[in-house]
Amino acid sequence: MSELKLPIFKKILNFIIILLISTSEPGIADVYDELDISGNIAFQLRGFTQNSMWSGQNTSDIESSISGEWEIRWRSNSNNQRISFIPFARWDENDNKRSHYDFREAYWAYQNEDFELLIGLNKVFWGVAESVHLIDIINQTDLVENINQEEKLGQPMIRLAFQEHYGLLSFYLLPYFRERSFPGSDGRFRGESAINADNAKYQSSSKRKHLDFAIRYSHYFGDVDLGLYYFNGTNRDPRFSMRGVNSELLLNYDQIEQIGLDLQYTNSSWLWKLESFVRDGYADSIFAGVAGFEYTFYQIFGGSSDLGILFEYQYDDRSSVESISIADNDFFLGSRWTSNNINDGSILAGVILDKKTSETFYSVEAKTRLKENFLLSLELKMTTNSELGEPSFPQSRDDYLELQINHFF
Amino acid sequence: MNINSNIPLKNILYMGLFLFLQFNSLYANANANANANANANANANANAISDKGYSIAARSDRSDRGFSDSIVEMTMILRNSAGKQASRTLQFKTLEIPDESVGDKGLILFRTPKDIEGTALLSHAKILKSDDQWLYLPALKRVKRISSRNKSGPFVGSEFAFEDFTASELNKFSYKYLREENCGKLICDVIERIPLYENSGYKKQISWIDNSIYQLRKIEFYDRKGSLLKELILKDYRVYDQKYWRPHKLKMNNIQTKKSSDLIYDEYIFNLGLTDNDFVKGRLTGLR
Repeated sequence: MSELKLPIFKKILNFIIILLISTSEPGIADVYDELDISGNIAFQLRGFTQNSMWSGQNTSDIESSISGEWEIRWRSNSNNQRISFIPFARWDENDNKRSHYDFREAYWAYQNEDFELLIGLNKVFWGVAESVHLIDIINQTDLVENINQEEKLGQPMIRLAFQEHYGLLSFYLLPYFRERSFPGSDGRFRGESAINADNAKYQSSSKRKHLDFAIRYSHYFGDVDLGLYYFNGTNRDPRFSMRGVNSELLLNYDQIEQIGLDLQYTNSSWLWKLESFVRDGYADSIFAGVAGFEYTFYQIFGGSSDLGILFEYQYDDRSSVESISIADNDFFLGSRWTSNNINDGSILAGVILDKKTSETFYSVEAKTRLKENFLLSLELKMTTNSELGEPSFPQSRDDYLELQINHFF
Repeated sequence: MNINSNIPLKNILYMGLFLFLQFNSLYANANANANANANANANANANAISDKGYSIAARSDRSDRGFSDSIVEMTMILRNSAGKQASRTLQFKTLEIPDESVGDKGLILFRTPKDIEGTALLSHAKILKSDDQWLYLPALKRVKRISSRNKSGPFVGSEFAFEDFTASELNKFSYKYLREENCGKLICDVIERIPLYENSGYKKQISWIDNSIYQLRKIEFYDRKGSLLKELILKDYRVYDQKYWRPHKLKMNNIQTKKSSDLIYDEYIFNLGLTDNDFVKGRLTGLR
């Protein structure tokens, strides 16, 4: 699904054109007042601070790309049913694997007082931490979008959720597995050879059609918010292995069982956070956790802006035969500034320090509204102290500064 | 490779379930205690306020009783001192909680600016403590419990603080009657009210309540140093069901920064039959 084929591209283009014409027609909103069409298009410019490391990668240090996301939502008059359809597409100048499309959402849902049934592609987020999204498991990462792993592919699912007085109980059936997207040979953020998605190997004989399932409970008890889940199915994190004389990189999607927990204690200006999982699958069972806090100083210097201080510790005891985790014994120190003014400006800056290897990762994400429908964002990602043989080394020349302008409609 | 070989995941699951049940009963106890405390507080408050100011505020607050729930669309216009203007549109849903020792539940859904469309703020108001608040961020589909200690900070960049929206809850203040005076064509009772919430952004407020329909007409907000910070004018009162009065134009002037914010409300709809389940964090992902 990650490669753009021309006929499909054409179809999408046609669809977009029809969409644009139909939305610009006055009065349509009055006819279907339950129908809501919105979205955004974005222009992105990335400047890499160093030349690429591996042969075959595009030699340009500048990479531009354009993306678009449309949100088409419908709600029945009785408010019981809704449909959400969110196609997304990106065109990237350098990396043809980054030029891709996806349906972030394409579902129908029925809801009444007691339960909700949802069928289709959807996105689900679980977790409380900021430096790593450890326990978030339902959706596959759309890695070509951003290495921060926050962009996700739409996951086919049947979800049945019961809202009870003791909390929300959700049951997920996940009938189809989405493979992680990886940069192509022209792109940055890869190792010596690009990952060939055709080299995926599944533990389950049903491969992508293995029926995964999950059960989650979430609620709050006074100042404590709690989430607890059990997942059984295909690991979203591929494990890498070598094959053959060319030492081709093989992606292994193992079957796992996982119990995950997220906990937050909110007290005055403090947020105390914990995420943790136990995973049983390929080799020994894995325990991983991230714990920390966020403390906010409100209306600093007598003005309107707030400043938050974040600290988190990441731990992961997996062995080297498992899928790679760089969040294994790391400290995260961050700061979040929010302007609270007309433009809703914000800056999130953080540094992650690996205690064992001294690899250090810097990240800055800033954004501000320019005009009513324009958003400007800036992102900086940097790695230092990355030595040969360490997990981040193959991408240690991929530091970048990114500028993006989104136009919302 | 064998899934069952390593750790007894099922045992952990059972242990988790056990812990959860323990936790649950603990919570039920804690809840009962909290309720007892709240009642004690309410009683103490009732004894201390034989003041005429309290009875006028109570008459105003209680004239609103029984509306059960409401929904309204609202436009917010923000102006800075240089005259630069921006607007936001939002939807407010409210669920009335009849018990005066507990605050109402509210759900705010942002419609514009488009980049924050779908963002939602759920709050379970407490009278003297911080509210319980959850923020829903649609881009990540993330529900975040947030600190509500800071009820006095600017709400979405406006001159309104979050606490200004819930300011009419009776037991949030102690009252002192000041005087009677003309306010426009009406006659108003002027009442000083002191916030009881320790993290309130205000030392005191002076409120003007008219004596014909018992509604708030004006509020002056004094910062924690005691100097005049903001002035709120409430206009265009309309009555629903011959009982429930709502202002449709609010203007907040910040005296110190010269910024101002207007709130312009559409028509309210009451009694939609909303329930607690429309105001839970588990439903935030399905609002649109």
